[in-house]
Amino acid sequence: MNESIGAGIGLPGYDPQGFFCEIFGGAQGAPAPSPAIQERLKQLDTNDLSARAKAAEEELFNLGITFTVYTEREAIDRILPFDVIPRLIGAREWVGLDRGVKQRVTALNHFLHDIYHDQKIIKDGVVPSELINGNKNFRPQMVGLNLPHDTYVHICGIDLVRGADGAFRVLEDNARTPSGVSYVIENRHMMLRAFPDLTRDIGLRDVDEYGARLHKAMHEVAPVDIDEPQVVLLSPGTYNSAYFEHIFLAREMGVPLVEGRDLLVGEDDRVYMRTTAGLAPVHAIYRRIDDDFIDPEVFREDSMLGVPGLMRAYWKGNVTLANAVGTGVVDDKAVYAYMPRVIKYYLDEDPIIENVETHICGEAEGLRYTLDNLDKLVVKPVGESGGYGILIGPQASKEELAQFREKLKADPANFISQPVISLSVCPTLVDGRIEPRHVDLRPFCITGRDSWVLPGGLTRVAIKRGSLVVNSSQGGGSKDTWVLTE
Amino acid sequence: MSQPLLARYAECIYWMARYMERAENLARLVEVNEVFARDHRGNHNWDAIIRLNADWDAFRKRHDEATEANVTYFYLLDPEHPGSVYSTVRMARENARTLRPFISTEMWTHLNAIYNRLRAVEAGPGRLPNIADFCKRLKQDCQAHNGITEGTFYRDQGWAFYQIGKYLERADQTTRLIDVKYHALLPSPSDVGSPLDESQWNALLRSVAGYHAYRRAHPHDLSPAKVASFMILNGQFPRSVRYCVGECSRNLATLITTFQLPRGIEVTDPIDVLHQRLEESDIESIIAFGMHEFLDSVQVELIEVSRAMARAYFGGEE
Repeated sequence: MNESIGAGIGLPGYDPQGFFCEIFGGAQGAPAPSPAIQERLKQLDTNDLSARAKAAEEELFNLGITFTVYTEREAIDRILPFDVIPRLIGAREWVGLDRGVKQRVTALNHFLHDIYHDQKIIKDGVVPSELINGNKNFRPQMVGLNLPHDTYVHICGIDLVRGADGAFRVLEDNARTPSGVSYVIENRHMMLRAFPDLTRDIGLRDVDEYGARLHKAMHEVAPVDIDEPQVVLLSPGTYNSAYFEHIFLAREMGVPLVEGRDLLVGEDDRVYMRTTAGLAPVHAIYRRIDDDFIDPEVFREDSMLGVPGLMRAYWKGNVTLANAVGTGVVDDKAVYAYMPRVIKYYLDEDPIIENVETHICGEAEGLRYTLDNLDKLVVKPVGESGGYGILIGPQASKEELAQFREKLKADPANFISQPVISLSVCPTLVDGRIEPRHVDLRPFCITGRDSWVLPGGLTRVAIKRGSLVVNSSQGGGSKDTWVLTE
Repeated sequence: MSQPLLARYAECIYWMARYMERAENLARLVEVNEVFARDHRGNHNWDAIIRLNADWDAFRKRHDEATEANVTYFYLLDPEHPGSVYSTVRMARENARTLRPFISTEMWTHLNAIYNRLRAVEAGPGRLPNIADFCKRLKQDCQAHNGITEGTFYRDQGWAFYQIGKYLERADQTTRLIDVKYHALLPSPSDVGSPLDESQWNALLRSVAGYHAYRRAHPHDLSPAKVASFMILNGQFPRSVRYCVGECSRNLATLITTFQLPRGIEVTDPIDVLHQRLEESDIESIIAFGMHEFLDSVQVELIEVSRAMARAYFGGEE
């Protein structure tokens, strides 16, 4: 029956090969989100589709919706490969995801507040002290600091995957500086321009609110004694590969895009920006610079990107940083493994979206299981992001497995392992043919006083046949994500 | 109270405007030489451009001889020469890249397209595109940039910085254009009584798109003094030195009063002194003073204005 799904629904030559399909549903009877859109997709001619896809990519390039790759000679602007076939999420399914993401972000904020204050969760024996206090992203400078609304993670990106059973699961949390939201919004604009026939009369949730919501949240978390807080976006500068996104967000919020050299901290421990009228106060900073680089007086002293004295102003409560300093500790993949217990501890609820089954190699039992099943598991270093340093057991050679086994034994606490997930697929236009490609989903959650989740999120797609790696740094592309209205 | 503007942005806006204006004027300068590369005495004028831009050292490092091919490559397409059209557009585009959160998408996209097209030209001293076509296209690109800017730039203080940058550069470039041609086109003292080569003076006016405007001001006569007067002192011609300096002065006043940026007061001194001098001068006294000496002194004062702008607005200190 699996084999017949594609043939049966009429996309010529399309066969999801037993994986859950984001448009046509799963083998085990999980419902497809919208028969109406299925019909329209079937009527699209692949030649026409290819022509429009090419035009869309050219437009993205001309609009400068690009990330930058540096060679020795020059900076080259590249677009994130964009696939024109959207990914669908049904209205009812989105309600669950929306609640699940908010629940997780709420728990993350409680967790961060606790670990930088009383550490009750450690005293109660739920997470080991070493995991937190020995974590390289734990910032002792944050201990005892109170933040407006106790919000640490103002912008959170939570990576979700869907397995063969059709259930979404959390793959990782991005609580530092999650990127990609600009593509969500620009991809939608592109789709509305390039495929008016596909989007007409289909109830789609808007994505345009993001900038206004972010600005509102930044206002809410600004120091309390300020009536009209000045918000800025702090970028490492034009040479950062995500510079387009910084531009995009600054424009959407209508706030200045500043670099470290535009800011200074005065003798009064307040933050100012250098303007044509002299120094002007700054109250809330959405910073796209890692903790390590934001204040050379406190963190890396060789940093040219940050603002000397920023932590002083932060400590006095004169400025709000989003995200807060020290949130990286919850991005750690070993901490991730404890998240179901963290949610239960603070909220007394079961996770609405579960974790992927995870074995902690730092624990004896987890290490034994991982070593025994290495060829069946995905093993990840806990501190890395961007898909680097991962072993995919079933695809590894004997030599690779043997080498990895030694690495694992040498430093077990540095790894976790998970079963290989049969990532769901979505029809994708590849070389003029529609083929299944694996996708994930990164919803974005904004938290000021309360949390709000952008309907949909970034759908990343692994363009290479059979590949499970969707990261843009490793050849992944993106799709428009359609959350349908009832 | 309007939104504050980062000092760095103000500086980028000012320089983006200057570089685009410079690119257009470089194209005009090269074109005017291309059209009449030899004066009526048969002399090559290509070295005059190099002399006027004080580029001899940089030029000699790359080329032995000031041939047409060498000079046009040097000023149009040489990516290694910071004063080439290519480098100038690249600098404008770098500034625009920084300003992307501030300027319209149309401005950025268009500037980016100009740069990408220049980058795609495969050229060398021995391999140049048709110069007249190239210059014409570039002039059109720069004028389109001006039009897009006029039609999309939000009229906050950034607009005044853009205008000041544009007009300061244009004033400076017009002085250079006159300087490069005025003496070369004058009948030599030994040919007193020989007819004036009117076509050359027409071409000079056309290079600043001023021929028809000149004719409206002076329907019946064309003389070197009147042409120079038109390009330096005319109050209505948008490329005349006086007009450009007047626009700088007006935009500076807008910054100081409308946008309440009193630091600019120190810029008003040099700019108003220059503006007054241009309003009160007549061409006879300029010629008596010495055309080259006069233009040189204007350039020196424009440089002082630019320095004062940087001190007043681009430093960002208390």
